[in-house]
Amino acid sequence: MQIPYEVTPRPDTGVNNAKLGIWLFLASEVMLFGGLFAAYVFLRMGADAWPGMETFDTHVMATRADQILSVPLATLNTVILIASSVTMVLSWAALKMNNFKQFRLQMGLTILLALGFLVVKAFEYGDKFSHGVAPETSNFLGIYFVLTGLHAVHVTGGILVNAYFWGPGAKMWTQGSVRAKAHFTNRIEVAGLYWHFVDLVWIFLFPMIYLI
Amino acid sequence: MADHHAAPHEAHAEHKAGFWRTYWFSTDHKVIGIQYGITALAFLLFGFILMLLMRWQLASPGVEIPFLGALTPEMYNQFGAMHGTIMVFLGIVPLAVGAFGNYVVPLQIGAIDMAFPRLNMASYHFFFWGGVVMLASFFVPQGAAKAGWTSYPPLADIETMGQTMWLWGMVLLITSSLLGAINFITTIVQLRTEGMTYFRMPFFVWAQFVTAFLLLLAFPPLEAAGFLQLADRLLDTSFFLPSGLVTADGPLDVSGGGSPLLWQHLFWFLAHPEVYVLILPAMGIVAEVLANNTRKPLWGFRLMVYSLIFLGIMSFIVWAHHMFITGMGTAISAFFQVTTMIISIPSVIILSALIITLRGGSIRFTVPMLFALGFLPMFGIGGLTGLPLGLAPTDIPLHDTYYVIGHFHYVVAPGTILALFAGIYYWFPKMTGRTLNDTLGKVHFWGTIISMNCIFFPMLIQGLAGVSRRLFDGGLAYSFSEPVLEYNMFMSIAAAALFVFQVPFIVNLIMSLRKDRNVKKANYWDATTLDWSATPLTPVAHGNFETVPHVYRDPYEYSVPGSGVPFLSQDMAPQDDGPSEATIEVVA
Amino acid sequence: MAAEMTVQEVKRHVRVYLMVFGALLVLTLVTVLVSYLDMSLAPALAVALFIAIIKASLVALYFMHLISERQVIYWVLVLAAAFLVGMFALFISSLLDQAEVAVMLMGAGVA
Repeated sequence: MQIPYEVTPRPDTGVNNAKLGIWLFLASEVMLFGGLFAAYVFLRMGADAWPGMETFDTHVMATRADQILSVPLATLNTVILIASSVTMVLSWAALKMNNFKQFRLQMGLTILLALGFLVVKAFEYGDKFSHGVAPETSNFLGIYFVLTGLHAVHVTGGILVNAYFWGPGAKMWTQGSVRAKAHFTNRIEVAGLYWHFVDLVWIFLFPMIYLI
Repeated sequence: MADHHAAPHEAHAEHKAGFWRTYWFSTDHKVIGIQYGITALAFLLFGFILMLLMRWQLASPGVEIPFLGALTPEMYNQFGAMHGTIMVFLGIVPLAVGAFGNYVVPLQIGAIDMAFPRLNMASYHFFFWGGVVMLASFFVPQGAAKAGWTSYPPLADIETMGQTMWLWGMVLLITSSLLGAINFITTIVQLRTEGMTYFRMPFFVWAQFVTAFLLLLAFPPLEAAGFLQLADRLLDTSFFLPSGLVTADGPLDVSGGGSPLLWQHLFWFLAHPEVYVLILPAMGIVAEVLANNTRKPLWGFRLMVYSLIFLGIMSFIVWAHHMFITGMGTAISAFFQVTTMIISIPSVIILSALIITLRGGSIRFTVPMLFALGFLPMFGIGGLTGLPLGLAPTDIPLHDTYYVIGHFHYVVAPGTILALFAGIYYWFPKMTGRTLNDTLGKVHFWGTIISMNCIFFPMLIQGLAGVSRRLFDGGLAYSFSEPVLEYNMFMSIAAAALFVFQVPFIVNLIMSLRKDRNVKKANYWDATTLDWSATPLTPVAHGNFETVPHVYRDPYEYSVPGSGVPFLSQDMAPQDDGPSEATIEVVA
Repeated sequence: MAAEMTVQEVKRHVRVYLMVFGALLVLTLVTVLVSYLDMSLAPALAVALFIAIIKASLVALYFMHLISERQVIYWVLVLAAAFLVGMFALFISSLLDQAEVAVMLMGAGVA
């Protein structure tokens, strides 16, 4: 049994099933992160003071987020994530040019960059904990941990998916027919759409949490 | 559309799958639909039994229940919270969307399966394990969640472990619904067969289509809220806890500064569209049954579809009518009152169109038709009693009284559940290949509708008299409730009667196993839609059709003048002009 | 994205991707530098949101190929965006409509 339009686009909609499916999923993700951002706005507007906690070194009430969070580390992470988005789209382009070696290289870079993002994140979290603060310290830190934590979960998910396509999943290309190769390219495009979305969330998260 | 001609019955040739593959990890939408159906019916029964225990307590406070002893207030609260949760998230939605949607939608649009069969299987298993987590929460220390199905903080934040289980269970159920919604939308957009344009889709498919969008876009904010409440409970944050909160154990040791209202906003952002998730598939089922049994097209089909879409969009901006008593400002309150009044218009249009459909029909009073007819006035009462709750001046005195309970139960119990029964009786011959007994069905119908009214109508009266919901003693402690207190016993007896009248239904299901109940005809109801007209005699194999049908006409061409036949099914080719050119209208 | 593309077309796409990469890096730098200007909340928020929206649009249009996507995808996104905007608008206006919050924000020089 062959489900129609798994690989080729349906003529009247112009997309294949997976393409529509992933965009629907991303639409729901927009609402998920949107709900959290709305909660952030709601809490912040209703708060007496924001960030509403003391700085680590001088122990005065902080007036800006960057007195508590590390902007340099977050900027580094922004660059890492953007770079990984570029390598992701290049890995797809490599498949389009029928260059599997280049795909492996770019996809491998994507995974390494994503791991790098998590390492930097871990240092950031570790720094907070070493100062004796935790999500419970203030709603500012609470929403910081929940938003960046959920984002990190998404990054981890992306790493797993990409690692699968880098490794065992790539059999579809190396041992497959022309149709299977097209199918694999579609899969990389779909995985890419997810990965770019993770990048996109960070693009909003970074200024809203760290800079404002 | 070359893909469509792939022989759908190849499945026959595949080597026979084992028991687990066939019945538990199946990727066939029909099997998954039946899995959803059986599980959801079991949960409905369980939720109903919880309610019977509560009604025992309300009718005779403190009197011991056989085998269980007297209900404690804690147990009462657990049963109340879990009754709501189970009925909504584990009973009605899985039955309406998971079971009927899964089974019927691909058949009605001429698809050989859902677009993502394995994702479909995953949805069911997320749902199943979500249900298991919910049930397991009864057995953890201090029992299940007892902060109501709405889980309002601050109470829910400082509740027992059952509340954490509730949240994890909800995360699983939400995941299930999201995956299901993605699958439904993709299936409906991508897998409609040749000639099945959007406006040739049966109303039931339309209802599922809009419902899927509601699930897709309204559920994630509740998931976000769920994560925040989990953080409050597990990481001691105070997203929903204001400063200076004091409980019986003294001041709470939290940083504070949060807002209980934030939860209510996020919760009702989902939960109002959820009301339409409960009702739209029911309207879809009723429309199918009505058209089939009046033997005429639905009146105002396009108008109904436009109303459906309008209803879906509006349902996202009415949520705060659940929050009029939260100290909301007058301007924003006025906004939500206006949108609430506006959203009642498309509901009325759909209901009116369904009633007008009856006019001039030669009605077959089959059992599914009885249930569908029962739905119309019951949903009408449910909708009309909702109007006073949509306006702040009348909502404020009625809020959190039994009036509210009466109102929304009229919508979902005699409303949606009657429609779901109509669906069960209507599609049972296709799903199982067996017929149900008419007499038992009629006893089931009359018993159900009468006892449901005896349960819920007195609630409206009690609520108007001011009796609060969620009272352990049913209002005994308040002198003002004395004149309406006697209804409690009456309602409880009616609830027991409702239980008794489900016995004929269960007996009917069991008796249908008898061999002489075999369905002899693939199109059992003489229906025009593909689920009946194009599928073979049950059992329908994985792949659904012997040849994938082409669609040539609108969904409900019953009694077409001059056609010379009683009905024209959607896949019946026009006779003189050969295969029609008008196949796919390009919608992109 | 069109199903079939020639190698030349893909190569042209790759050049665009690299240009977008450069633009994203520059914009990241700008948004960080602007945050050190010590503006009050309202203009700082406006600038940060403006830059974030440009960056997000670049990612969505070029990396996610939205610039040449099909109508059905646009519909899904328009729907999600509309509900998202509605949610924000109603959350914020319900807060502003509560007198005490509005007064507090006024004091902070926001509203």
